[in-house]
Amino acid sequence: MDGTGPAATAPAAALASYTADEMMTACAARALTGGVACFVGIGLPSAAANLARATHAPNLVLIYESGTIGAKPDRLPLSIGDGILAETADAVVSVPEIFNYWLQPGRIGVGFLGAAQIDAFGNINTTVIGETYAQPKVRLPGAGGAPEIAASCREVIVVMRQTRRSFVQRVDFVTSVGYGDGPGQRERLGLTGPGPRKVITDLGVLEPDPATCELTLTGVYPGVTVADVSAQTGWDLAVSGSLAVIEPPSPPELTALRGLQAITQGLEGAT
Amino acid sequence: MAEIVSLAAAVACAIHDGDAVAMEGFTHLIPFAAGREVIRQRRRDLTLIRMTPDVLYDQLIGAGCASKLIFSWGGNPGVGSLHRFRDAVENAWPGPLQLEEHSHAGMANRYVAGASGVPFAVLRGYSGTGLEGLPGLDGNPAVRAITCPFTGERLTAVAALRPDVALIHAQRADRAGNVQFWGITGVQKEAVLGAQRSIVTVEEVVDVLRPQPGAIVLPSWVVDYVAEVPGGAHPSYALGYSARDNDFYLAWDEISRDRERFLRWLDTDVFAVSPGSLAGAGTGEGG
Repeated sequence: MDGTGPAATAPAAALASYTADEMMTACAARALTGGVACFVGIGLPSAAANLARATHAPNLVLIYESGTIGAKPDRLPLSIGDGILAETADAVVSVPEIFNYWLQPGRIGVGFLGAAQIDAFGNINTTVIGETYAQPKVRLPGAGGAPEIAASCREVIVVMRQTRRSFVQRVDFVTSVGYGDGPGQRERLGLTGPGPRKVITDLGVLEPDPATCELTLTGVYPGVTVADVSAQTGWDLAVSGSLAVIEPPSPPELTALRGLQAITQGLEGAT
Repeated sequence: MAEIVSLAAAVACAIHDGDAVAMEGFTHLIPFAAGREVIRQRRRDLTLIRMTPDVLYDQLIGAGCASKLIFSWGGNPGVGSLHRFRDAVENAWPGPLQLEEHSHAGMANRYVAGASGVPFAVLRGYSGTGLEGLPGLDGNPAVRAITCPFTGERLTAVAALRPDVALIHAQRADRAGNVQFWGITGVQKEAVLGAQRSIVTVEEVVDVLRPQPGAIVLPSWVVDYVAEVPGGAHPSYALGYSARDNDFYLAWDEISRDRERFLRWLDTDVFAVSPGSLAGAGTGEGG
């Protein structure tokens, strides 16, 4: 390389453009602060939590439902049972212990979940799509740890791509409770955690209205309009009076995220 | 005292048609080779129990070994859907599959109750979810509300799991049949202690079990059969022995998507393989 030509300018150009998934992952990572214990699902939540640990929140405590507490992977784990989680953890405990001793008493600050379907009250479905449980149109994987993560963490953040099919008025099946039927329902059900605080999508951020508990658009990404988000929402989407335009992913965020993904894919880090 | 036998003998002795079988291993130490031996011996009408019926149970369900499934998460971890599981639920192929589903916390506590010799366990969970109203395999509610006799608080009760057989994979056993496993240990200890009979496949049988940080030891007298099956967790991993074969998990998405392709895989990579060379199933032609 002689320092001129396309090769020299490629990195800067590459860091000026980004995908919707990268924007979503960076936004989700920013929602996590250092020192907090975070119960992480695989996929988008895991990418975001590891990005947070690699950038602004190096002391973030990552907890996976396989029983690894304080995992410090230098790449994205392939599954919740990835050996790198056990090898880098502060402690590895059994599955009954992670749920009973650590999650259930409210010891964990943030539950970080993905979902197939979510509704206006932040209820999550990962069980079945279709009119009836017995004869589903699509059989999804099921609950996993999500119901109790959604119930017991001190706050819950959901990360998922937004489409009209995934953001619906009422979920086909309530796998994990958000705000149930609306205000007061979590308290009536005896759920100890306060419920979803943010839903971070590939278009922007939704947060529950303090009075109605209905998910309301509070932020959009650069270049995304309210109409774009409404078009991908299956209910009449309320918009915050102080709608924020969220900062695009910074070069350090993009570099760290792409680095994690490159290592994960078994590639040498791009230079 | 555990007998050290071949895997084929262990499966033949311990697992019968119609049994409730729990194969555990929480995405680590998954007893894949033993699962293929169950397919090879053509067991039928099993009630399969597993928190994470991943690729292992996709294979058994597609092969027609199961009529019922008790579980909490059924996906191909890190990859996507389980196509054989979905085909059974959505289209009853190769036969109907009756489901009983729970959350992970519920399943974990059911195993704890089974290991503890009590009929149920108590947890905060299920409240307000659709899972709360689903029937168990016997048609009765799978979970019930219970009032704490001390505080009056409403909690959830889940019934003990007492499988006919527990089947797990571990890193090591000694010649007396004491079993040692470490890393992510999941719910295997509870599954074995709660079951009537148990089979443990191990990476190796050694003279002496050296202490290992965080290891669980199951004494020989709570295990029925130990079979030495190096690589028996492939394509999952065995900490200290082998890594996850991620290519297999990705290939499985293709193999399992199509019924004919899956049946060819069963022929070439399960039925045509002799029980003596169980480890490391391939991905069939073109896989």
